[in-house]
Amino acid sequence: MPIYSALRSLWHVFKHTFRRPITVQYPEERPRIPPRWRGRIILSRDPAGGERCVACYLCSAACPVGCIALQAAEDEHGRRYPAFFRINFSRCIFCGYCEEACPTRAIQLTPDFEMCEYDRQNLVYEKEDLLISGPGKYPDYDFYRVAGVAVGVKDKGAGERELPPVDVRSLLP
Amino acid sequence: MPVIYIDDQPYEVAAHHNLLHACLGLGFDIPYFCWHPALGSVGACRQCAVKVFRDEHDRRGQIVMSCMTPVRDGLRLTIDDPDVRRFRATIIEWLMVNHPHDCPVCDEGGHCHLQDMTVMTGHNYRRHRFAKRTHRNQDLGPHIHHEMNRCIQCYRCVRFYHDYAGGKDLNVFGAHHHVYFGRHESGALESEFAGNLVEVCPTGVFTDKPARRYYARKWDLQSAPSVCGQCGVGCNVLFNERYGKLVRVDNRYHYEINGYFLCDRGRFGHDFVNGEERIRRPLARESRGASLRETSADDALSRATQAVAGRRVIGIGSPRASLEANFALRELVGADSFYLGLSDAEFKSANLSLALLRELPTASLHEIETADAALVLGEDLLTTAPRMALALRQLARRQPTAESIVACPVPEWNDQAVRELVQQQKGSLFSATPGPTKLDEDAAAVYYGELDEIAGLGLAVAAAVDQPSAETDSLATQIATALRNAKRAVIVSGGNEAVMQAAAAVVRALRRAGRDAALCLTQPEGDTLGLAMLGGRALSEVVRDGAECVIVLENDLFARLPEADATAFLERTKTLIVLDHSITRTTARADVVLPAATIAESTGTFVNYEGRAQRCFSAFAPQPDVRESWRWLDALRSSLFWPTFDDVCRAMAQAVPAFAKAPDAAPSAAFRQIGNKIPRQSPRFSGRTAITAQLNVSEPKPPDDPDSPLAFSMEGSREQPPPALIARYWAPGWNSVQALNKFQQEIGGPLRGGDPGVRLIEPEAKP
Ligand code: SF4
Ligand code: SF4
Ligand code: FES
Repeated sequence: MPIYSALRSLWHVFKHTFRRPITVQYPEERPRIPPRWRGRIILSRDPAGGERCVACYLCSAACPVGCIALQAAEDEHGRRYPAFFRINFSRCIFCGYCEEACPTRAIQLTPDFEMCEYDRQNLVYEKEDLLISGPGKYPDYDFYRVAGVAVGVKDKGAGERELPPVDVRSLLP
Repeated sequence: MPVIYIDDQPYEVAAHHNLLHACLGLGFDIPYFCWHPALGSVGACRQCAVKVFRDEHDRRGQIVMSCMTPVRDGLRLTIDDPDVRRFRATIIEWLMVNHPHDCPVCDEGGHCHLQDMTVMTGHNYRRHRFAKRTHRNQDLGPHIHHEMNRCIQCYRCVRFYHDYAGGKDLNVFGAHHHVYFGRHESGALESEFAGNLVEVCPTGVFTDKPARRYYARKWDLQSAPSVCGQCGVGCNVLFNERYGKLVRVDNRYHYEINGYFLCDRGRFGHDFVNGEERIRRPLARESRGASLRETSADDALSRATQAVAGRRVIGIGSPRASLEANFALRELVGADSFYLGLSDAEFKSANLSLALLRELPTASLHEIETADAALVLGEDLLTTAPRMALALRQLARRQPTAESIVACPVPEWNDQAVRELVQQQKGSLFSATPGPTKLDEDAAAVYYGELDEIAGLGLAVAAAVDQPSAETDSLATQIATALRNAKRAVIVSGGNEAVMQAAAAVVRALRRAGRDAALCLTQPEGDTLGLAMLGGRALSEVVRDGAECVIVLENDLFARLPEADATAFLERTKTLIVLDHSITRTTARADVVLPAATIAESTGTFVNYEGRAQRCFSAFAPQPDVRESWRWLDALRSSLFWPTFDDVCRAMAQAVPAFAKAPDAAPSAAFRQIGNKIPRQSPRFSGRTAITAQLNVSEPKPPDDPDSPLAFSMEGSREQPPPALIARYWAPGWNSVQALNKFQQEIGGPLRGGDPGVRLIEPEAKP
C-alpha cells in the first residue's frame, strides 16, 4: 500500500512536465488584472470635469485602519471639496471599504498594484497624487445632479427628478 | 405614581408626562420629531405612534400619537407591534418623499435626528419615483446656514425661535405641502438665541455656518466639557476640535443652568481660539523701544525670572482667567501685591455682589424659570446675561399657564392648547431699565429711568412690601403686590451699586414678610465673582504708585483703566510681563509676552454668578509653546510647585478657605472608570494613521494629559462618564444630540449622577 501511494505521487508530479506553465515572467510579461481589482486608490472627477469628492468623511470613517485623512473646504458657490486628502498607503489594507462607503463614486480602487517604495514615507499620498483627470469606473454618475443642493452646479429645481422651486406666496395647490 | 403596562409589563411613571416622554424615560426607543422636552408636544409629525389597548382583553388596540396621550394609571400599550411599526415606517417614508438626498454635503450628517429615526423605523429604500418639491434658501446671516429642501415640517424651529425665545423674524410661510420656514426675506436672524436652531432642528435645514469653514463630522471631533466664559452665567458648553482648530461649540446640558439652550455669544463667540490675533510663540524685546521678537520658551522664562527676582513685583489678575491662574499669580507676587484687574465700577460691583450673595440666597436659571414673579432692576439682560433673559421669558410664559391650567385642565406639555388658553397673558415679570430692552415685551409692566431713579423704585417696592397698602395705582405697589403674592420671587440686578442695594432691599423685605425670595446679580465675565472671592486690591490703587515690575494675567489694562491712567502707569513700569492668548494693546507694550492657552485648551475652574464652581477641561492640547497661565506662573517661581492641575487646585483650596470645595467641581485626574480614562474622541474617530503622516509616517504617541481624567484618545472607557466629564452625547442608535435623553435621570431633568459643579457660597439666610 505505501508503495502504491509513493508511485502515484511520482506519477502526478511527472504529469506536470507536460502542462503549460502558469508562472508569468513578471515584469517582462504582465498578468491580466480584472477591472474591479482592489489596488492603488484614486480620486476621480465627474463627467463635467469637477472634483467628485465632496469631503463627506465617509471613506475615512469606513477605513478600518484609519489611513485616510481629509479636510472639508468650500468654494465660493458652497461646493464642498477636500482642502487636503491624504492616504497613508503604508497602512492601507486595500479592503475597498472606502470605495463602498463613497456616496459620490469619487474614491475608487484600481487594478494597479505597482506601488512599492524603499522608503515608507513615500507611501503617503496627497490629493495631487490621488486625483485623476477622468471619471474612472463610473463614467456617468454626477452627485450634484441628483442631490438637492445648488452650489453653482445647477439652479434649485433643475436637478434630476426635481420640481421648480416653490412660490411660497402662492396658495394654489 | 401611575402604573402603565408596556407589553403587559408594569412600569411606574410620573403622572404629569405624556406617553412619549414616559416611554423614552424608561429607556424605550420610540421615533419622534416634533416633540422636544423643552418645547412640549404639538403632534405635527405623526412619527411617535404607539398602540394602546382598552383593557387587558383588548387585542386589537388603537394607534395613537404617544406625544399627545397623557399618562394615566393602568394604561396598556405596545411599542413594538407590526401595525405601529408599519405605521411609523410609512410616516417616515412620506416625510422622505421630498428629501433632497444630500447627506454627504449636509453638515447635520452623522449627528442627524432624521437619519437616526429613518434607521430606527427601518425605512431604507426609496419607492417614490416622482419629482421632488424644492425650495430656495435664504441667507440668514453669518451664523446660520439655511437649506430648506431638507425640512420635514416638524415646526420645532418656529416653536423655539418664535414662541420660546420670542424672536420676531423667523416664521412659517405658505400653505399645504409648500410650507416654508424662514424669514420674510433674506437677512441676518435677529434673535440672540438663533444658534439653538442648529440643535433644535432635527434635520439639516439650519446648520452652524462658522463651522463650515473647517467642517468635520461629529465622530471625528475631539471634544471636552467646558464652560462658556463670555458672561457670568457660566453656561456649560462642549468645545469640539479637529486638526488643531476649534470647529464648533455645542450646548452641554446642565439642568440648573443652561438646560437645552445657549445664547449666540456662547455658541459663536469663541472664534478667538482660531484667531489671527493669537499669540503662539513667546515674545520678548531687547530694550525699551526695540520691537517684540519671537523667542524660545526658555529664553522668555529666564528673562521673566530675572525681572521678577529681588524686585517688588505686582500682579494684575483677570476675570477671564481661571481661578487657578489668578491664584498662581497671587502666590507668585504675594497677596499684598495682587490687584484684581477689574475696572473701578466692576471692582465695586463684584465685591458688593459677593457680600450680598453671602447674605441672601440666589437662584439658578432653572429656579428663575420656575419662580412665580421676577423684578429686573437696571440690567439689560440680553446684553449682560442673555441666557438669564431667556429664563425670565420662560417665567413670564409659564406663570399664566400654571394659573390657567388649574381652571381648564390641559396638560402643560400640550403646547398648542396651552398657548390657545393663555393667549397674550403675561406673567409677573417686571422690568426697570434705563432704556427699552428686548425683555420688555414679556414684562407685565416696564419702567424707564436713570439708574438712581431705578434704585428709588426698588426701595419704594421694598417699602411697599413691608407695608402693604390698599392703593394700587403706583407701579411700586403693583410690583410689591405681585412679589408678595408669589410663592417664589426672584430679583435680578447687577452692575450699579445703588441699584444692587435696592434689589437686595426688596429681597430682604420679602424675606421679612416670610416669602421665598432670591437675589440674582449678573457678572460681566466668566470668573468675575471668583476673582472677588479670591480677594485683592483695586487697580486704581496701584495706578497712583506705579511699580517696577508688573505681571498682567490675561487682561488688557486699556479696557479696565481710563486711557490716560493706563498709559501713564505702563510708562512708569520698568518691566512689563504679560500672559495672554491674543494680541491686545497691553501685550503690545510688554517686555515679555508668554502665550497663554485659551479656555478651550486649558483645565481650570470658573465661578459663575451664583457662586457655582465649574470645571473646564481642555478640548485639545495647546501648541508646544503655548501653556496654561498657571503653568507659566509656576515656572516663574524658584522651583516647580504644581506639576499638575490637581496640585494647583488643591493648593488653592487649602490657601483660600472660600475655595475649599473647588476641587469637588469635577473628578480629579486620578479618576478612572473600570481602570480607564475617559476618551475625548469617539470610538469611530477616523484618520489617526494619516493625520500627521505627511510629517512622519510613524504615528506619534497621543499627548498625555496629567491634568484630567480625560484622554486625548479614542481609547478608554465606553461607559457613560460622570456628568462633569461628558464629552459627547451618543447612545447606540442615537447619533444626534437627542441622545441626551439617555444621560438624564428623567428626561428634561438632572443628569444621571447629579449636575456638575459645586456652590461655593452659603448664604446666611437659608432659602
Ligand atoms: S467618501 Fe467619497 S466623497 Fe466622501 S470624502 Fe471620501 S472620497 Fe470624498
Ligand atoms: S426647518 Fe427643521 S425645525 Fe423647522 S420645521 Fe423644518 S425640520 Fe422642523
Ligand atoms: S413627536 Fe409625536 S407627533 Fe411628532
